[in-house]
Amino acid sequence: MAALPNLMLALALIGTVPALAVQPDEVLADPALETRARALSKELRCMVCQNQSIDDSDAPLARDLRLLVRERLIAGDSDTKVIDFLTARYGEFVLLKPRFGMGTALLWLAPVIALVIGGVGVVFALRRRRAEAESPDATEPPLTVAERARVTELLGRER
Amino acid sequence: MIAEIGHYALVLALGLALIQGVVPLVGARKRDDTLMAVAGPTALAQLVFVAIAFMALAACYVVSDFSVVNVFENSHSAKPLIYKISGVWGNHEGSMLLWVLILALFGALVALAGGNLPATLKANVLAVQSWIAAAFVLFILGTSNPFLRIPNAPLEGRDLNPILQDIGLAVHPPLLYLGYVGLSISFSFAIAALIEGRIDAAWARWVRPWTLAAWMFLTLGVAMGSYWAYYELGWGGWWFWDPVENASLMPWLAATALLHSAVVMEKRNALKVWTILLAILAFSLSLIGTFLVRSGVLTSVHTFASDPTRGVFILAILILFIGGALALYAWRAPALKQGGLFAPVSREGALVFNNLFLTAACATVFVGTLYPLALEALIGDKISVGAPFFNLTFGPLFVPVMLAMPFGPLLAWKRGDALGAAQRLMGAAALALVAAAAVFAVNGDGPVLAPFTIGLAVFVMLGAVTDLVERTGLLRVAPAVALSRARGLPRSAWGTAIAHFGVGLTLLGIVSEATWGIERIVSLKPNNVVSLRSYDLTFDGLTTRQGQNYRQLTARFTVRQGGVAIDVIEPSKRTFATRQTSTTEAALMSRGASQVYVSLGDTNNDGSISVRIYHKPLVLFIWLGAVVMVIGGAFSLSDRRLRIGAPKPARKTGGSLQPAE
Repeated sequence: MAALPNLMLALALIGTVPALAVQPDEVLADPALETRARALSKELRCMVCQNQSIDDSDAPLARDLRLLVRERLIAGDSDTKVIDFLTARYGEFVLLKPRFGMGTALLWLAPVIALVIGGVGVVFALRRRRAEAESPDATEPPLTVAERARVTELLGRER
Repeated sequence: MIAEIGHYALVLALGLALIQGVVPLVGARKRDDTLMAVAGPTALAQLVFVAIAFMALAACYVVSDFSVVNVFENSHSAKPLIYKISGVWGNHEGSMLLWVLILALFGALVALAGGNLPATLKANVLAVQSWIAAAFVLFILGTSNPFLRIPNAPLEGRDLNPILQDIGLAVHPPLLYLGYVGLSISFSFAIAALIEGRIDAAWARWVRPWTLAAWMFLTLGVAMGSYWAYYELGWGGWWFWDPVENASLMPWLAATALLHSAVVMEKRNALKVWTILLAILAFSLSLIGTFLVRSGVLTSVHTFASDPTRGVFILAILILFIGGALALYAWRAPALKQGGLFAPVSREGALVFNNLFLTAACATVFVGTLYPLALEALIGDKISVGAPFFNLTFGPLFVPVMLAMPFGPLLAWKRGDALGAAQRLMGAAALALVAAAAVFAVNGDGPVLAPFTIGLAVFVMLGAVTDLVERTGLLRVAPAVALSRARGLPRSAWGTAIAHFGVGLTLLGIVSEATWGIERIVSLKPNNVVSLRSYDLTFDGLTTRQGQNYRQLTARFTVRQGGVAIDVIEPSKRTFATRQTSTTEAALMSRGASQVYVSLGDTNNDGSISVRIYHKPLVLFIWLGAVVMVIGGAFSLSDRRLRIGAPKPARKTGGSLQPAE
């Protein structure tokens, strides 16, 4: 699975010159590895920052993690292995995209649940409306005399 | 003395709010005109006293009265005047005072502009509005008083966080608050309707301009905040899915949905119960946004306050208002009579579709933002939910909205002709496919989604143009006839088309920036050259300069294109002595809607400096699109039908109503 995005990234590189590292001295010689490192950095949290990825952060810890990611990549780890390594070391907290599991099932299914509840609600509401419309007392209460006078006045003003 | 006047004025405002929250309500119940008439003058007086309080605090800032704790903690005598003034709301206490000021402003506007509202509705709306005011003024006085003094006044203040010393702070929070608090009007109208147990198309016509105005401010506020983050934070990002950003996005999504459902209610008298719920939810999300930012539940750049007593107080406000409103809704809403019928394929159906996906997107952002908090509180697990999650879930929910957007305005009310709409959109769809194919041809090996999303953006924009062409008959009738038809078109029709066009524009900007944005992170010594697309940037060297309250390190770059110097740009770093912090001031060079973005990193031991240089194609469309949406909103707001209180009777049409299949 990991091979496909790598291939696509490698192909993408032919078109544009790759971005370098977040700090110039972090550059990896191999542009393909560097691009993978950048992509991974965007999914890892800088744990001392507020909601920043290590790719965005200036914090020393973020730099350490960026160097660690590059170390693992040079050692030949796949993207998944790097993620596993970091998760084992720092816990799930380091992942900006939490893994699907018991604790996060509700989170990941939230969009689907919202759509299904909403969709079912819409269908039921439409059905009920139709049933109500067929019953004889569905009409609005008529306007009171005062309201009718007000409507006439406003309509007159509009012309 | 000035601070005490402000404090006293705020206490009086609380008293007025309590009177306004009770007397008109009793009046509306007893149908007593004298009691109901109390609402108007108290609303105006409340504005006057809150304004006095606000101006008193502003005066303390302007004269740098450091015997006031709030001024001492957040200002400095050497700060430029504009930041002394904007610094008033650059801290927790002051921003809450601004919140209350805007709340009072809206209340006073309803009192002044609500002349053609039914007396009981007006009294109830202003009473509900005043409950909110009372709760927040009490909150300020009880936990966040900006007027407290220090016995021995220090000579100098601690200064404002340098990141906030920017024109962005002068504009962004007031706009955002105008949006947040503007939604309180829709909320008050919804609660008043539930209290009265009566709601009709006229109600929607009164509510819609307020919602529209709030939505416009919210759109500008969110876009402005995004642009501020883009140029101030220095790494070129424009949206980070930060909880604080999400806190402003959720009310925006709800307000957008509300805007659309209110149209259905106004035109067709349908979706009443849903519109009321959305009005409650939109303002509830504003309150939650305030809570998230203010309580210190989430600590981030924006979060100035982290004091549990405040958190508990705001939580109580949330439970009282949101819980109370929803309970009232559950009790009273089932009694509301529903209106017009419609087929699934119809203008109403399209707007329901819009509401379904916008609400689902809003729910997703809500769950994603609060999930880590909930999980930690319930199980103790610490997880992060960041940008990759939101991109993966929010994006797919918005695609159907975009796809359906051009269809909506082309469908008739009650029962639409999907095939006919599709035929009329053939041109737009064909051109969108051409655009997608062109992107694919140029970008063949690039990101797979780029051709599709560019095509989608083009479809949305041309769909909006198609709507106008169809309405004016531009391609079918003589130009003069089309022109006169264009003049006769309701402003709200123009507003819809313009705003939808803006959405496409924003999408185009987002996709272009994400797909073709390039980045160089390099160490440079003077006279080094960096090439970026067609631009060559020569680093001329560094200079330092003393600003009013900071030292600035400026790098000078000459930008050349084809050997010709076209611009000089100067990114800089500022170091603020009082807080020992520094900010990056990125340099931006705009060419068309694209930008070259340069920001400075650290200086290195060998005399070089780290620099980040980006080329961001069409990036300005992201915010320009938002501005176009707001212009669309302004057109719609100027529609004369919205300014007249009562709806016009619908013209008799030949078609009879068919039950939905």
